[in-house]
Amino acid sequence: MSQMNLRQLAPGQKASIVKITACGELGRRIRDMGLVPGMSVQVLGKAPLRDPVALRIEGSTIALRNSEADYVSVEVR
Amino acid sequence: MSCPMCEKRAVPGAQAFTEEEKRNGIRIALAGNPNCGKTTAFNEYTGAHQHVGNYPGVTVEKKEGWTSCGGHKVLMVDLPGTYSLTPYSMEERVVREVLAPEDRTERPRAVIDIIDSATLERGLFLAVQIRELGQNVVLACNMMDEARKAGTVIDLDRLSARFGVRAVPTVARSGEGLDKALELAIEEAQKEAKPLSISYGPDIDPALLKMESIINDRQLLTSRYPARWTALKILENDDVVRAQVQAADNVAGRELAAIRDTLAAHLASTFDTTPDAVISDYRYGFINSVLKDGVVRRDDTKDRLALTDKIDKVLTNTVLGPLFMLGVVYFMFWTTFIVGAYPQGWVENFFAWLGEVMTGVLPEGLVQSLVVDGIIGGVGGVLSFVPLILIMFLIVSFLEDSGYMARLAYMLDRVMRAFGLHGASVMPFIIAGGIAGSCAIPGVMATRTMRSEKERMATMMTLPLMTCGAKIPVFLMLTAAFFAENQAGIMFAITLCGWAVALLVSLFLRKTVFRGESTPFVMELPPYRLPTLRSILTHTWERGWMYIKKAGTVILAISVILWAALAFPALTEEQAAPFEAKIAAFEAQISPLEEELAALTAQLEDADASSRADMEKAVADLAARKDALEEQKAEAENALASEEVRNTCGGRIGQFIEPVFRPLGFDWRTDVALISGVVAKEAILSTMGTAYSIGETDPEEPDSLSAKLASDPGWSKTVALALMLFVLIYSPCFVTLVVLKNEAGGWRWLFFSMIFNTAVAYAAAYAGTVVGNILWG
Repeated sequence: MSQMNLRQLAPGQKASIVKITACGELGRRIRDMGLVPGMSVQVLGKAPLRDPVALRIEGSTIALRNSEADYVSVEVR
Repeated sequence: MSCPMCEKRAVPGAQAFTEEEKRNGIRIALAGNPNCGKTTAFNEYTGAHQHVGNYPGVTVEKKEGWTSCGGHKVLMVDLPGTYSLTPYSMEERVVREVLAPEDRTERPRAVIDIIDSATLERGLFLAVQIRELGQNVVLACNMMDEARKAGTVIDLDRLSARFGVRAVPTVARSGEGLDKALELAIEEAQKEAKPLSISYGPDIDPALLKMESIINDRQLLTSRYPARWTALKILENDDVVRAQVQAADNVAGRELAAIRDTLAAHLASTFDTTPDAVISDYRYGFINSVLKDGVVRRDDTKDRLALTDKIDKVLTNTVLGPLFMLGVVYFMFWTTFIVGAYPQGWVENFFAWLGEVMTGVLPEGLVQSLVVDGIIGGVGGVLSFVPLILIMFLIVSFLEDSGYMARLAYMLDRVMRAFGLHGASVMPFIIAGGIAGSCAIPGVMATRTMRSEKERMATMMTLPLMTCGAKIPVFLMLTAAFFAENQAGIMFAITLCGWAVALLVSLFLRKTVFRGESTPFVMELPPYRLPTLRSILTHTWERGWMYIKKAGTVILAISVILWAALAFPALTEEQAAPFEAKIAAFEAQISPLEEELAALTAQLEDADASSRADMEKAVADLAARKDALEEQKAEAENALASEEVRNTCGGRIGQFIEPVFRPLGFDWRTDVALISGVVAKEAILSTMGTAYSIGETDPEEPDSLSAKLASDPGWSKTVALALMLFVLIYSPCFVTLVVLKNEAGGWRWLFFSMIFNTAVAYAAAYAGTVVGNILWG
């Protein structure tokens, strides 16, 4: 098990969220979409310009920018 | 819709409905996440009995409709789709305003919260917050058909028991379960509302208790919000609620803020976190406790999103994605502007016909001119855009409801972000100026789909800087006159220039007027779905009707004012006399010639072969003389028209501001044309034609005007370049301005757009003059 940044997760790789370090509006938005510690996340793909990134979270697809993914720490299972 | 079942059940301890509620309807709100099927449910409930408007001051759509249940009349409010109740977006603020309004009589009696069964956690996250706000809630677990197909089983009874909220399985598309949900909502509406209270852990709970007691002691906003909710919002650092508290009780506000600051400092030093993060973690913790031990059983072999994922593999692919996007954009243009040109033509023809009829009916003079040129011309101009707007929104609604619009934003966010915009700005930009023939009006209206406020404003204000269909004839005329050797290249350069100016100006605006961090992108890419025809048609019609209603009224007034500016004051008889004398003199010469010509032509028919050749020559000479005279007469008439324009308010303003535009090489005639171009860009050419005394110029065939300008010593390539840049950038036309005012929410944006764009245009045109002087001397 290794902890890393969500940005470093390779497409297809599954991980679980450990911590969200964003605060303020960004923090709220990320949490409101269901990205909270304990949730499992998988990188589905990236946009043609490699940013933003599409994630699978519990039955839905969420897109966020690389700079926003930096605030999410994950643990690869 | 009616359900006889609720009549049978008497609810114990009921809070009776007031007479007013019985008369106007019991207020029930529909809440839920975006893309959860809420609008479909609303349409199922209310059918055609809907009323769409705007919440005051914001462009969030306010939808209300009527239905009935068990003899009760129900006033249903469709809230905008949200994930949460933060103060960060207009939609969420509106939801809070509706659920806890200042005027308690407007408070909904109960909420039907629609939840997508596939994303229960996220749906319940909103439900918890609505319950905390003190509303009675009925959960409608929607899209149960999809859930069943995916093998998901939800134990709603256990969910209800643990959450303390009743839940109903629904399928909004077929109407399944909606009756039951409404019936339960009516029951809930008669119960006393008790806000949900959940534990937020050992750090926050004591602080909450302390704050609650202060709030209750001082009766702080307690008639509007539950005390615990106010306390939570202060802990979350909610600007709106903090301001409300501060305004209501300054001292208590400071006391509460102090508690928050102490807690925040403690959390930061011990756990490196913030109160709002802890609060949201505990909310999800509560939801997990509701859903634990198999309330939801998922079949892992079946994936509801398998199809969506497959489609996304193609549609957001690095190579195929952009290609498909180009195809979609091209199709949209083709349909909107090529196919839409037919109904647009019909509307224009109808108003042209109406104008002719009125010309026939009304006596010649001011009233006729007011009705035909001012009112019919002005209103017809506005209504001729309606077909374009309807078609464009038909396609945009389809793209939105199908889920593709979110992918567009996803694919292009990286590009738009570089200019301080958002991925979702792409669509409005493409509509407003993607290719020749586009229009800023539907573009501005399409910004409604954007959720990030600053980016939305920047997008809206810069859309009119692109080349629109009405500016193109001006560019065509000028390139034909001065850049005939490379017309296509210059036209292409102008289009690119429009994009460049719009993007650079938006970057500038985002650094100044709409300064601030970029709004987080975090968004859902909803599963692909085939939209229902009904929702698309409703959506399209609502937007089209709003345009007709709002733009129509203001435009009518403005077009009358501008008509007057270009019609008054008329020339006095003395002023017009020399011109009319000249015209009369030519007429006096022409009419005997005509008679002579007619006589000769008659003789020619009977003439024999010998004299025929001579007579034919005489007829030709006579005809040539007559044509020459008629041309001179037309020139005299045009000179009169030009003098008339020069004498009007508009013309005088043109002459007054001439010194300002001198440095750009424009004379008063161009200035008047530019002023009339604020009414509609199409008017630039026709006004220039009149002012340059070549008669009315048909925008479709501006050849005579280009020939005139090419030979005019006051004109050069440099002036043409400056004018093209100026027309591209300066004040939007009035229809756009009015739509901007409506969408941006205030008259100040109308004036801002007029003045700011004109200033930018002046700077750009001046730069063009400098460059032109270097290039062409």
